[in-house]
Amino acid sequence: MLAIELCGIKLKNPLILASGVLGLNKNNLLRAQKGGAGALTIKSISLEERFGHETPNVAFFEAGMLNAFGYCNPGLEEALREFADLSCFSVPVIASCTASNASDFVKLVSALDKLDFAAIELPLSCPHTPGHGLLAGQGTVEATKEIVKACRKKTKKPLWVKINASLPNAVDIALAAEQAGADAITCSNTLGPGMVINIASAKPVLAFKVGGVSGPAIRPIIVRTIYDLYKRLKIPIIALGGVLRGEHAIEMLMAGASAVGIATGIAIRGPDIFKKCCDEMSEWLKKHDYKSVTELIGVAHE
Amino acid sequence: MNEFAKHMIKTGRITKIVEEAPNIKTFELSIAMHAEPGQFVMAFLPQVGERPFALTQAGKKIAITVKKRGPFTEKLFSLKEGSFLGIRGPYGKGFSLQNVGKACLVAAGIGIAALIRLAEELAKEGASVTLIFACKSANEIIFKERLEKVASLHIATEDGSAGFKGDCIELLEKVLKKQSYDKLYCCGPEAMMVSVLKLCEKYAIDAEFAVERYMKCAVGLCGHCCLDEWLVCTDGPVFSKEQLLASKEFGRIYYSKSGKRMRFGGD
Repeated sequence: MLAIELCGIKLKNPLILASGVLGLNKNNLLRAQKGGAGALTIKSISLEERFGHETPNVAFFEAGMLNAFGYCNPGLEEALREFADLSCFSVPVIASCTASNASDFVKLVSALDKLDFAAIELPLSCPHTPGHGLLAGQGTVEATKEIVKACRKKTKKPLWVKINASLPNAVDIALAAEQAGADAITCSNTLGPGMVINIASAKPVLAFKVGGVSGPAIRPIIVRTIYDLYKRLKIPIIALGGVLRGEHAIEMLMAGASAVGIATGIAIRGPDIFKKCCDEMSEWLKKHDYKSVTELIGVAHE
Repeated sequence: MNEFAKHMIKTGRITKIVEEAPNIKTFELSIAMHAEPGQFVMAFLPQVGERPFALTQAGKKIAITVKKRGPFTEKLFSLKEGSFLGIRGPYGKGFSLQNVGKACLVAAGIGIAALIRLAEELAKEGASVTLIFACKSANEIIFKERLEKVASLHIATEDGSAGFKGDCIELLEKVLKKQSYDKLYCCGPEAMMVSVLKLCEKYAIDAEFAVERYMKCAVGLCGHCCLDEWLVCTDGPVFSKEQLLASKEFGRIYYSKSGKRMRFGGD
């Protein structure tokens, strides 16, 4: 009932652990696998080891969260060791990598291509790390085209491009990625950036001052962006933003997503959020006489 | 309270600072919070950082007891009464106190901060509490008065300046040879906890340990604090003897600020 196929990859359910949370190492991914995720995305790898921003890396507000981890990761060499053997996973594992320019992206994709990852995701959209994503100017049609084209030549694995729905031309950027050879679009990275000020000290909470906004507050923006993307794209869309419950995932599918990512929700419902959402989705599908979750994709357009 | 708002920083002022030892201070705050012994909070210094601490006092006014050991704690030590401090939490799973008639607590150094409220709670529940407290030297023994009220206190110092001369493992084994306990609780440096774990196995005592790992978010997202597949922030910081005996990483592996796999003691 929940099984889907995405870029030729079979998923037992459409809920994917999004990149950036619980993906530092295999320990983390195994935990999300146990929690019921249909696929697992690793935290983005850079060529060199990165320590990221100082804490606080997270700041909460009433309707969500901001984060600015700053792409901390142990670097490519360590990642190639860590993820060399993926046989402990019963669900597909997706790679993710980040770089400042196309040539570094090419080095990363070439190296990650040799491992057993089911797909490779390129986040060209992080709003809070100097030298990466939006702060490296990757959130443009030109840069997206250049990076995706260069990476496309280095791997036959499905290539997913993660965009940012904060950008007014998000649809054009997704189209550019599709034309350059992307196999799917992940929408969205965290929005903004935003800021939370601790008024008692009159200082921003986050050490980096600004951070990407996630959680229920951004969900309507993501739903609308998915709706817009579905009208224009031929390739599948992975929706990501503010999904806490099975009903939220169903909303994303109805807008046109083929699969749904979860990240911030783990802080609220724990790593078992995937199982919980699957149960909620199954129950809803039964109650409304759907036989498969795939029947929901894009129905809001009919 | 809504599920996101409960993670927002609660702001308070420092109402009292107690110099417990040359490099250990207790900060009492004008923040009310209930927390189980063993749970922790994230303390927030604007534009300095955020770090996990055990509560050494809960209720109307909470307190944290801090050993100076890096830039964050140095900044904390420079604060005066009336200074601002932020807190979020409480986080994690605390100790279980059910059905414990005779308890043995083993603390080394600042590890006592995670056990002081447990000792008091156990005594309140009617348990008889034995507490083994090991320090380098007599001047690092803190909470002596509070502990003596609720526990039979056995002190060990490395230099012999107070109590038994030696480490807590030797002292613990002596105590365990004489007495049986329903449960042992432990907090201290990981190498010490590994030795205590072995003794718990040898003497077949049920036990719980408060484990520390490098931590960024405290809400189960960043993954840095993993211990095998567990997360110290949400599955811990208290782990059972059985969990730690099954662990491949306890006493061996932790993850750094970048997420790199590190070995205790270097190499």
